[in-house]
Amino acid sequence: MTFTFYLLCGLTLAGAVAAMSLRNLVHCALSLAVAFGGLAGIYLQLDAQFAGFAQVLVYVGAVAILIVFAVLLTRGSEPANEPIYSTRWFVGLGVATGVFAVIASAVMASKALPLGPLSAPTVVIRDLGDQLMTRYVLPLEVLGLLLTAALIGAVIIALHDNPPKTGDAK
Amino acid sequence: MTETLDQIFVDLKHWLVSFAPDQWQPIISALLSVAALIGTFASLFALTTILERKGLGRIQNRYGPNRVGPFGLLQPAADGLKALTKEDIVPWTADQVVHFLAPLVLVVPAFLALAVLPMGRNMAVVDLDGGVLFFFAVGATTELSVFMAGWSSRNKYSLLGAMRAIAQMISYEVPLILAAVSAIMIAGSLSTQDIVLSQSGYTGWVPHWNVLTPWGLAGFVLFMIAAAAESNRSPFDLPEGESEIIAGYYIEYSGFKFALFFLGEYIGMFAVSGLGITLFLGGWLAPAPFLDWIPSYVWFFAKLLGLIALFIWVRGTLPRLRMDQLMGLAWKFMLPMSLVNLFVAGLWLLTPPGVTRWIACSVLVIGSYIFLARGMAQNGRVSKRVYRYAE
Repeated sequence: MTFTFYLLCGLTLAGAVAAMSLRNLVHCALSLAVAFGGLAGIYLQLDAQFAGFAQVLVYVGAVAILIVFAVLLTRGSEPANEPIYSTRWFVGLGVATGVFAVIASAVMASKALPLGPLSAPTVVIRDLGDQLMTRYVLPLEVLGLLLTAALIGAVIIALHDNPPKTGDAK
Repeated sequence: MTETLDQIFVDLKHWLVSFAPDQWQPIISALLSVAALIGTFASLFALTTILERKGLGRIQNRYGPNRVGPFGLLQPAADGLKALTKEDIVPWTADQVVHFLAPLVLVVPAFLALAVLPMGRNMAVVDLDGGVLFFFAVGATTELSVFMAGWSSRNKYSLLGAMRAIAQMISYEVPLILAAVSAIMIAGSLSTQDIVLSQSGYTGWVPHWNVLTPWGLAGFVLFMIAAAAESNRSPFDLPEGESEIIAGYYIEYSGFKFALFFLGEYIGMFAVSGLGITLFLGGWLAPAPFLDWIPSYVWFFAKLLGLIALFIWVRGTLPRLRMDQLMGLAWKFMLPMSLVNLFVAGLWLLTPPGVTRWIACSVLVIGSYIFLARGMAQNGRVSKRVYRYAE
């Protein structure tokens, strides 16, 4: 248990560090995919099959591809000449500390679980589906609406320009 | 007797594992399953290359390979040796690490996807609660490998091929998953074993396979079209497109790395065909009750070879699509059709069995097919082409 946990932790952290510090943006995106894969492994080790597979399907399969496309279509993949460490690193440090504080306070405030071996929760994917369709149906609908709005926005941005009128072209 | 023959591989594995000490047994058992899986499908890959070349030769009115061994049957061995002994050329400007990793990232998920397919009674390597989800999750990582290969080669053609391949795979993944969801919905489970078992039973001589229902037939056809596109098979082989972008994303690969790409594509094709068999063609179940004595794995591989023959036939028959036709088919026809099919499957699930259910579902499927196909035909009329940048 602990050995695989440390292995996955190492993989995830190494991927995340590489994603921050490599010069080539495509290499950064690929290392980020490695970090996503490591996270999925940790979910699987915790017996959260659905979360693990969804992590691979959504993050490695879609988000990494999206990032890579965005990198290729905008500034090119050639390494930039400026230094990779921003001069305003203390702002980033502040944001990171804030996020960590919020998560840490949530963890500290949560009810402590008894130590010792716990019986593995027997959540099958069917239960997840039942809960999504009954108790959490409103958040699901709101998310669907948000994604639809984003989709329509993307289509409007990508709409074909009107063809130039004959005469003023060239 | 039939029972022993049916379970012979399972019993063999249990017998072999029983020799190992207790704490090693799970590892030995897993290793044996994985070795059998890789051995079987690598041999099937070799068999398929020769079948494909022979079949295409027959369709194109020529002989196909006939020099190595009797009827050219040893051609795969010759091909393998050639791939192994060829020089491995890596372009000087290529990104060495990513260029090296890309074929591995393609082959490993392809084999992983095979792990959840039940190839016979009690013959899946792992029986996961979310088996189908696992299949699509590992399938999604192949897109990343295609991008890695195309980008790291530093070649315009390979980058173009990779962009085409990713656009095509993302577009066709939507109808692929939606078509699969209809079968999942009826079975009420994501586990591949349960989906197969939900199709057992016969009415007279007719099996209860999903493909023999209105929604199942439409779902199966949609699934197979999307599967052909996902595995970059003709008529959706634009990413390779020998006549326009030479070989797409693996143009800069030679020797054994090229063979690995080839292997990955074929294993991907087997995996997605195997999922189609599991979801719609009754998995390892026999097609008629009196054929039940034939072992279950024979049925699975017979169905798999049948689907491979279908792929070869389609490749020899249909010309390649144009990029806009490809996208139009995915988004304007297959996506709405698979959504309608999902609705029909829900209707099938909620209405009591009987003739009215059959008629209502068939009318819905055929009606929406005619409606959508008419729309496609009108949109596809040839008009004057407008270039944005080329003029």
